[in-house]
Amino acid sequence: MGEVLLQPLALMYLAAFATILSGVAAAGAVRRYPLLLHAGSFALLAVAGAAGVAGGGWAMLDDLTVTDTIAFGLPWLRWHLRLDPLSGFFSVLLGTLVLAVALYGPRYTREFGRGESAQPLPPLGIFTAVFVLGMQMLLLADDAFMFLVFWEMMSVGGYLLVAYQHQHPANRHAAFLYLLLAHIGSLVILISFGVLAAFGGGFAFDQMRAAELSPLWATLAFTFALVGFGTKAGIVPLHAWLPEAHPVAPSHVSALMSGAMIKMGIYGIVRVTYDLIGQIQWQWGVVVLLVGTASALLGVLYALMQHDLKRLLAYHSIENIGIVLMGLGLSMIFLGTGHKTLGVLGLVAALYHTINHALFKALLFLGAGAVLHRTHERDLEHMGGLIHRMPVTAAFFLIGCVAISALPPLNGFVSEWLTFQTALQAPRLENGVLRAVIPITAATLALTGALAAACFVKAFGVAFLGQPRSRHVARAREVGPGMLAGMGLLSALCLVLGVIPTSVIEAMAPITQMLVGKALPSASVRGWLWLTPVAPEVASYSAPFVVLGVALAFLLGYLLLKRRAGPIRRGAAWDCGFGPLTTRMQYTSTAYSQPIRRVFAPTWKLDERIEEVREPGVPGRLRALHYQFHAVDWSWLMGYLPIGRAVLTAARVVGRIQTGSIHTYLVYSFVTLLLFLWIIT
Amino acid sequence: MDHYLTAWLLAAAQTALFVAAAPLLAGWVKRVKCHMQNRAAPPVAQVYRDLAKLFRKQPVIAENASWVFRATPYIVFGAMLLSAAAIPLVAVDLPTGAIADVIVLVGFAALARFFTALAGLDIGTAFGGMGSSREMTVAALAEPAMLMAVFTLSMTANSTNLSAVINFNLDAGLVLRPSFLFALSGFAMVAVAETGRIPVDNPATHLELTMIHEAMILEYSGRHLGLIEWANQIKLMIYAVLMANVFWPWGIAREFTAPALALGAVAIAAKLALLAVALVVWETVMAKMRLFRVPQFLGFALLLSLLGMLTHVVLETG
Repeated sequence: MGEVLLQPLALMYLAAFATILSGVAAAGAVRRYPLLLHAGSFALLAVAGAAGVAGGGWAMLDDLTVTDTIAFGLPWLRWHLRLDPLSGFFSVLLGTLVLAVALYGPRYTREFGRGESAQPLPPLGIFTAVFVLGMQMLLLADDAFMFLVFWEMMSVGGYLLVAYQHQHPANRHAAFLYLLLAHIGSLVILISFGVLAAFGGGFAFDQMRAAELSPLWATLAFTFALVGFGTKAGIVPLHAWLPEAHPVAPSHVSALMSGAMIKMGIYGIVRVTYDLIGQIQWQWGVVVLLVGTASALLGVLYALMQHDLKRLLAYHSIENIGIVLMGLGLSMIFLGTGHKTLGVLGLVAALYHTINHALFKALLFLGAGAVLHRTHERDLEHMGGLIHRMPVTAAFFLIGCVAISALPPLNGFVSEWLTFQTALQAPRLENGVLRAVIPITAATLALTGALAAACFVKAFGVAFLGQPRSRHVARAREVGPGMLAGMGLLSALCLVLGVIPTSVIEAMAPITQMLVGKALPSASVRGWLWLTPVAPEVASYSAPFVVLGVALAFLLGYLLLKRRAGPIRRGAAWDCGFGPLTTRMQYTSTAYSQPIRRVFAPTWKLDERIEEVREPGVPGRLRALHYQFHAVDWSWLMGYLPIGRAVLTAARVVGRIQTGSIHTYLVYSFVTLLLFLWIIT
Repeated sequence: MDHYLTAWLLAAAQTALFVAAAPLLAGWVKRVKCHMQNRAAPPVAQVYRDLAKLFRKQPVIAENASWVFRATPYIVFGAMLLSAAAIPLVAVDLPTGAIADVIVLVGFAALARFFTALAGLDIGTAFGGMGSSREMTVAALAEPAMLMAVFTLSMTANSTNLSAVINFNLDAGLVLRPSFLFALSGFAMVAVAETGRIPVDNPATHLELTMIHEAMILEYSGRHLGLIEWANQIKLMIYAVLMANVFWPWGIAREFTAPALALGAVAIAAKLALLAVALVVWETVMAKMRLFRVPQFLGFALLLSLLGMLTHVVLETG
C-alpha cells in the first residue's frame, strides 16, 4: 500500500529531477553541442512540467495525501515532504505553465544569443532551472525550514533572471528592488513561522497544525504571513517591485513570474491561514477583502496609464491578485462567522481565479514576447496592425484579452462571477456594517472588470489592430510553431476552464474538503451544463449555451445573409474628404485612456509636459510640439521614497562614529566589552 | 417530459418574439418622438424596411479591415440574442432563463461592447478610436452603478435569477420598498447611458464630435450594419423589459396556459409602450451633455443605487 501511495510523490521527484537535469544540460551547453543541449534543456523542462501536472493532478483528483522525509537539512530536522490536494493543485498550475514555457522557450531564447547585445544562453537555462526547482519543492515542503530554503531559491532564481540582461541600468535597478522586497518578505514570513513554531514546539508543519494559539497570537501569525506572502503576491502597497521586475525579465520568464511565482504568495497565505492556523477569525477576512479591493482597483487604474505592453500586463497581475484576495477575504469572513458552505464558495472562487489568472496572464506574456521577438518593440505607441502580420499570435492574444477582461464564455468570467455570487450572500451575516460593505466591494469589482476591459481593448486595439505605427512593426513576421504551440496550449485551457466550470469545481472538491471539511456539491446539482454555486434557484450560468448561442448567430448570419447579399467589397476608409489617412491619425494608447485619466485624475501623480519648439525668426510659429506624459505611482512618492531617504539619513548619522582611525575602533571594542561584562554580571 | 418540451418550445418562441419585436419598439419610440417634436412621423414599419434594405445590400469594408471587424457584428448579435433568451418577456420560469442570471447579462453586454470597441479601432481612423475610447469610459462608470442597483434587487430576493426575482416581487404583493425606488432611478439612468440615448449619447446624430456609439460603427455597411443596428434595438428592448418586468412584474404569465400567456403579452406590450413614451419625454426635455459631464451623471446614478442598497441593508433587513 505504501508504495502505491508514494507514486504521485515519485512523479514530483521526477519533475524536480528533470528540472535539475535541465539546468545541468544548459550548463553543459557552455562546452559542447550548444544547440542540442539548449533544446535538450527545454525538453527536460517540458518533462518536468508534464510530471508536475501528472503528480499534482493525481493527488488532487484522487484526494491523496502522501508524506515522506528525506535526509537533507538540519541534523535534528530532516526535510519533511507532503503532497496533498492543495499542493497538488498548485503543482498542476506550475506544471502547466512550465510545459507551455518549455514549448515556447527554445526558439524565443535563441534571440538573446544574437545581435549586438548578445548574452550567453547557458546562464539563462541554469537560472530558469533554479527558479522552477524552487517553486516545485516549496510546494512539497512540510516544514518551515525546507519551505524557506526553497522560497529563497525561488526568489534568488527570480533575481538572477530579472538581472539577466544586466547591461540596461533599468534592469539592474529592478532586480535590486525585487531582491530587497523579496528579502523583507522572507523575513516577515520567518517571523510568522516563528510564532507558529513557538506554540507548536517545532518547525514541522504537523507540529504547527497541532498548536493551540490564543486569538492574539494567531492574529499576529496571520498578519505576518499576509504581509510576507503578500509582498511576493504583489498586494498594494507592497507591489512596487512587481511592475519593475516582471517586464524586464525575458518574456517566457515573465510568464512564469506573473503566472506562477506570485501565486506562490497565494499558496503561502492559504497554507498558513487555512491549514496551519486553522482557526480563522472573520476580522482577518475583512482586512484581506479590503486589501484585495484596493489592489484590484489601483492595479487596473495604473495599468491603464501604461503604454509599455509588458508593464501594463504586470500591473494587471496586481489587479488579479486583488481579485483572488477578495475571494479569499469573503471566504474567511464567512468561515469566521460559521457559514461553512459560503466559505467554501469563496475559497473555490479564489482558487479558480488563481489558476485562471495563471493561464491567461502567462498566455498574454508569451504573446507580448512573440511581438517583442519579431518587432523588438514593447512600446504600444509604435505598434499597430500586427493582426495582419501575425494572425495566429493575434488570435491567441485576443483569447487572453477576452479571458482577463472577465467576459463570457471564457474562464476569467467564471471566477469573477463566483466572487460576485459569494459577495451577494452578504445578507446572511449578522453584522450590519459588513452587509453594507461587502456589496460595495463587489461594485468595486465591477468597476475593476469594466476598466480591465477598457485596458485590454486599448492593448489589443493599439498593438494588433489599425495600421502599423513604425516600419519594423509593418514588417513583422509570424513566430514559429513551437512558440505558437506554447500559446495555443494556454489558449485551449482558457477555453476549457471557461466552458466546463462545473467539472473544474468538482475536481477542486478534495482541496476544500481538506482545508475546510466541506465541498460544494450544490454547484453541479443540475448536471454539468448548469453551474449553480449556491442553489439552482439562487443563481445559474451555463457557459456551453453561451458558446452555442454565439455559434448560432454566426450560422444564421452565414446561411441567411451571406448567400443573399453576395461577397464583400473592399474600399477605402472614410477620411472626411480630406485626403489619405495616415497612421498618426489613429488613437494612441495614451490618447485612448485620456478620458479615464481625466475622470480618475487623483489616482495618479500625473506629470504632463508640452514642449514647444519655435521656428527661429518667425514669431508665433511652431516647428514641433512634443508631448510627454508620466503617471507616477503614489506609493513611491508617499511610501518608498521617504522610507529610502530615512534609511539613508539614519545610515549617515550612524556613519559618524566611523572615523577611520584604529584607535577609535579599539576604544569602541573596549567599551562594548565593558558593557557586555556589566550586563552579564 | 411533455411539460419539459412545451417549456423549451415556449422559450424559443419567446426569444423569437423578443428579437422580432425589438425593431417595433425602436420604431414606436421614433414615431412618438416625432409627434412630440411636431415632426412628420415615419410609419412604425419603417424600421423593418431599413433593416431589410441593409440585409440586401452588398457590404463595403475598409481595405485593411481584419477578421475582428467582420466577426464583431455576429458576436454582438449573438450576445444580444442570448440576453433576449434569458430575460422573461411574457412568461417566467422558462428553461432558458437559467442560462444567464443578471450578472451574466451584464457580462453579455460587456462582451458585445468589447468587440464593438475593438472594431472601432480596427480600421485605424480617428473616429473609430474616439468612439471606442469614450464608450469604454462611459461603460466603466455605468457598470458599477448598474450592478449596485441589481445587487439591491437580488439581495432582497436572495437570488440573481430574473425569474426568481420576479416571482419574489409577485409573491410579496404591492409593497412600497424605498430601496427599489432608488434602485429603479439608478438603473434607469444607467440604462439611458448604456443604450446611448440623450443626454449621454444621441442615436440620431452624425455630428462628429458628439458621437460615441455611432463613431465606432461608422465604417460598417450592409448586413454588418444591419446586424449591429438590430442588436442595438434588442439592447434598448432588454433594458426596457428589465425595468418593466422586474420592478413592475404584474401581468406576466406564471403558468403556461393560453389565457395567461395572452395576458402576459398584452401586459408587456402596454408596459413597453408606456415606457417608450417616458423615454421620449425625457429625451425631448433634455439636452445632450458634454462628454465630461457624463461622469457626474453616472456618479449620481451610482449614488442612487448605493442609497438603494444601504436603505435595503438598514431599513429592510434585520
